Amino acid sequence: MLEQLNEIEKTALDALRSVADQAALEAWRVAHIGRSSPLMLVFAGLGKLSKEERPAVGAAANRVKAALEAAFEEKVREIKEAALAKSLAEETLDVTLPGRAVHVGRLHPSTQQLRRVLAILAEMGFQVYTSREVETDEFNFQLLNFPPNHPARDMQDTFFVEAGERGENPILLRTHTSPGQIHAMREFAKMNPDNPPPIRIALPGMCFRYEQITARSEIQFNQVEGLVVGENITFADLKGTLSDFARRMFGQNARTRFRADYFPFTEPSAEMDVECFVCGGKGCSVCKNSGWLEILGCGMVHPVVLQNGGYDPKRYSGYAWGMGPERQLMLRYRIDDIRYFWGNDLRFLEQF
Amino acid sequence: MKLPISWLKDYIDLDGLSVEEVARKLTLAGLEVEEIKYVGLPMPDNKGGERHEFKTSGISWARDKIVVAEIREVKPHPNADRLTLLDLFDGEIEQVVLTGAPNIFHLKGTGRLSKPLKVAYAKEGATIYDGHADGLVLTTLKRAKIRGVESYSMVCSEKELGISEEHEGIILLDDDAPVGTPLVDYMGDAVLDVKINPNMARNANVLGVARELAALTGRELKKPVIEYQTAGEAVENLVAIKITEPELNPRFVLGLIRDVTIKPSPYKIQRRLRLAGIRPINNIVDATNYAMLDRGEPLHAFDYDVLKARAGAKKVKIITRPAVDGEKLTTLDGEERTLTSTNVLVCDEKGPLSMAGVMGGAESEVTEKTRNVLLEGAAWNFINIRKTAKQHNLPSEASFRFSRGVHPSLAEVGVRRGLQLMAEWSGGKIAPGLVDAYPLPPKEPTVTVTTRDVKRLLGIDLTLEQIADLLTRLEFKCEITNNQLQVTAPPHRLDIGEGIVGLADVLEEVARSYGYDNIPETRMADALPPQVGNPAHEWEEHVRDLLVNLGFQEIVSYRLTSPERESRLAKFDEYVTLANPIAPERRVMRRSLAASVLEAVEKNARADSIALFEIGPVFEPQPGDLPKEPRKLVLAMTGLREALAWDVKDSPNFDFYDMKGRIELLLSGLHYPDLSYAPTASVPYLHPGKAAEVRIGDAVVGVFGELNPLTKEKYEFGNAPVMVAEFDLDALRGSTPSYGIIPVADVPPVLEDIAVIVDESVPAAQVEALIRQTGGKVLANVRLFDVYRGEQIGAGKKSLAYNLTYQSDRTLTDAEAAAIRKKIVKRLENELGAKLRS
Repeated sequence: MLEQLNEIEKTALDALRSVADQAALEAWRVAHIGRSSPLMLVFAGLGKLSKEERPAVGAAANRVKAALEAAFEEKVREIKEAALAKSLAEETLDVTLPGRAVHVGRLHPSTQQLRRVLAILAEMGFQVYTSREVETDEFNFQLLNFPPNHPARDMQDTFFVEAGERGENPILLRTHTSPGQIHAMREFAKMNPDNPPPIRIALPGMCFRYEQITARSEIQFNQVEGLVVGENITFADLKGTLSDFARRMFGQNARTRFRADYFPFTEPSAEMDVECFVCGGKGCSVCKNSGWLEILGCGMVHPVVLQNGGYDPKRYSGYAWGMGPERQLMLRYRIDDIRYFWGNDLRFLEQF
Repeated sequence: MKLPISWLKDYIDLDGLSVEEVARKLTLAGLEVEEIKYVGLPMPDNKGGERHEFKTSGISWARDKIVVAEIREVKPHPNADRLTLLDLFDGEIEQVVLTGAPNIFHLKGTGRLSKPLKVAYAKEGATIYDGHADGLVLTTLKRAKIRGVESYSMVCSEKELGISEEHEGIILLDDDAPVGTPLVDYMGDAVLDVKINPNMARNANVLGVARELAALTGRELKKPVIEYQTAGEAVENLVAIKITEPELNPRFVLGLIRDVTIKPSPYKIQRRLRLAGIRPINNIVDATNYAMLDRGEPLHAFDYDVLKARAGAKKVKIITRPAVDGEKLTTLDGEERTLTSTNVLVCDEKGPLSMAGVMGGAESEVTEKTRNVLLEGAAWNFINIRKTAKQHNLPSEASFRFSRGVHPSLAEVGVRRGLQLMAEWSGGKIAPGLVDAYPLPPKEPTVTVTTRDVKRLLGIDLTLEQIADLLTRLEFKCEITNNQLQVTAPPHRLDIGEGIVGLADVLEEVARSYGYDNIPETRMADALPPQVGNPAHEWEEHVRDLLVNLGFQEIVSYRLTSPERESRLAKFDEYVTLANPIAPERRVMRRSLAASVLEAVEKNARADSIALFEIGPVFEPQPGDLPKEPRKLVLAMTGLREALAWDVKDSPNFDFYDMKGRIELLLSGLHYPDLSYAPTASVPYLHPGKAAEVRIGDAVVGVFGELNPLTKEKYEFGNAPVMVAEFDLDALRGSTPSYGIIPVADVPPVLEDIAVIVDESVPAAQVEALIRQTGGKVLANVRLFDVYRGEQIGAGKKSLAYNLTYQSDRTLTDAEAAAIRKKIVKRLENELGAKLRS
């Protein structure tokens, strides 16, 4: 009997060795540890054995059963692992196939840049002030210290609107956001005409110049202007604020340089250059080898402008500056054709 | 303004300063150098770590290869009639050099020259420009045989040395040129192209720039003294001046020079004028131009004998007056010009002679035959000159200066400098004295400056002495009294005002002279302003964010368009129209933002899928007043709903409900309650059956729908239908949002479906509204999940199937839910004739 059990064990284990898949394993289980397998028949026949034989055969049968079950479990695991390995091997994707696209929305690059600029200025305490795009000569020029026929008007070629005879106050498309300086000052001054409050505003908006549309010149462009008015505002503050802005905008190591310049509505006036952020000032095609990029025009608000805004220039001082988000984008992304901005070509817009 | 460095050096010692350093100092002080053109002087290169800080062009002349030489004899070429062989001495050896220069051809075969010709000589290996090439092409001289004669070097033209385009003949230097000297030492130069801003008009001349440089470097300005001999009868006995309107002509000065010989100016002068961008004509005309560039006063030379003849027996009398409308004058460019009363004329008693400050007349101009020259220097009203130059389209060096303002003090300086140069170059004799009519001298503004002013506006602490020193460098007169500085502008400046304006003008000069770079950077210490914000702007930015999240690409279009372009979508009678458009298709400000956006859709028609939005103003004209600028939002969608991929081959097109879904999300993102949608056929460009208006309460805030096929035909779109939505942002923003949330329930909801059959004419919104109303608070959500039409339910009917979500703060029983459902069905049956579909 014991020999028979050894034989059963040996036969079963031999058979198990050649089992390679789930179906064969199930067949093996039925044949070797199933209800009517030889092993189970041995258990069924235990009662017929003599009292003397029974313990030894019983123990041996139990041992064989445990061994076969363990071998079975081991095989189950083996087959599962083999199947998994096989499926992993078979299920390889071509990871180089392109992913599926999703329709996504984007802001126009000018809006993106306007937001970057306004966000930095907001943290520096500048509130957004917006005003109209079609203006009078008075607000666009005269109140900003550009008298009629002044040579400074040559600096800003202007689109005029047909509006009947209006003498020296024609209607025009604003050439800069600066008319907003007067609107804002008058609005703030109205809050308390005897003691007008300080002002710190950013004036974003579309401006227009009489130009031919070419890669380098456009008839419309965004401008962000800044205006500060207070009782304690200096040219040194102007330098500090705009250099801080440049470091926020172009990197903490950005160096700035202030050159004397001329604008009728500021005095002293300056142009702020930032060390070229493409080449680090070594000279490259973006900075045209100069190492510097012209970023904005600025200056102390002209006394005549303060006066026109309702602020006494003997008591108040201020500074203002203007810069172009499209120009900043052109420098940052090395865009060499300004016409892309209003061309509305998705192939351009989708790159931002 | 083109400024040769050599000329600057007449007035200031620039030793030890490179051309770039000079340019940098000027640029930082507000005289921006836009370009440096090297004409001989060594150019910086990037190799030595020195960068081209400025736009740079030009050529350097090698010291050992390009020298001053002299031609001793001009001999014929054995094999070529048009070439000559020169006996040339370069300071070391005499050699034979071949040339084809026509301007020495007349000396061929005349033997040893009694006076050798000084020339610019380029030796073998020298790099110069190719004189025969178009444009500027560098070439290096190599040994070659030309018609059997060996050639390895050449005498140069101006083009070959980069001085001008001139290649007609070789340069003939002035007689004092030292043979054997490197040419760069004799006349190497660099030309700074300086931008003159309107406030820098005083510096549109060499002395002005030298004065600035002296102030910036602390070097001495070599102030020129004008001295000359005079002879003959005094000019005041021969000529009188009458100024009719001093406001237009504050000063008029005349000088006379007799017995001039008209001939070319010295080469050095011609070269400088060319470098400065002025064509040399003859010694007299050149003297007027040279004096103008030198001092800033435009001069005009009359042929005195012509004036004398016109005056007959009488004394020549110069009269300045405004022109009579329609009066005519032939200017020296040969044009007969019709004048208006804006133009000022210089006349004699017979009539007009020249257009004041802009252009001379033909009759009295200096010619080859002129012997006696009457020289005019005057001051004119700059606005008047500006208008005149614009009116007659006559931009010139003179009108450039006069239209920006030239100080009247320069009228006399200019005439004296001009006479001095004429005498030097023409051998003429200057008549004693000047005739000087000066009815309206300008004010000499005096400005009071305190240390507090400097601190208050510039943020720096300077003593009165320091301030005075900074200003004195720029020739301001400064006087310290009672802790104040009295500053008087120098007599070449018109840009310094009085009072508080004058203070700003003077402080700018203090800052420039001190150096902007030396002013510290500080953070503002002033009080913070009232915080008013800009809710409209913030709200609009929020709208942009919502739309981007919904998959729309923002665009920005030209505000300028044409009625024709817009007429494809809509016709408007009135526009904000430009008086000076750049092109007919950009002559009005847009009325329709949708027209702009559809143009962009058309432009991108090749894309599979397009979803665009734009936010911006349209412009509604108001007679005689500024236009209204209401702000609009336009959305447009067309093409495939789903992005194609290698395994996504097709997709349905965007339709009405794609647009509507996005609008619903936009408006819920803005928290507007009480929204409703109603069919509309009132928008001509929308499909009458597929258009809706959007209402918040009773107010219509926008419309949307499918583009009318008749409108679509006018565009080059793809086949897919085009969805458009247009919102009035001002109306939308005027609606009151409602905030607050529905609490998230802890207990599970009861879900049920209900399908009802109604007449086709019953709008879905009505069914849903009734379900919601009946369900009350417990009915948390109603979602339409199917619309069915078919035989099963009969013609003219539709089946609407809804998911109902019952939600309470406690678990609802099935019986409770069933009761509500029963109520809903009953009301639908009674009020809308609906039938429950089983």
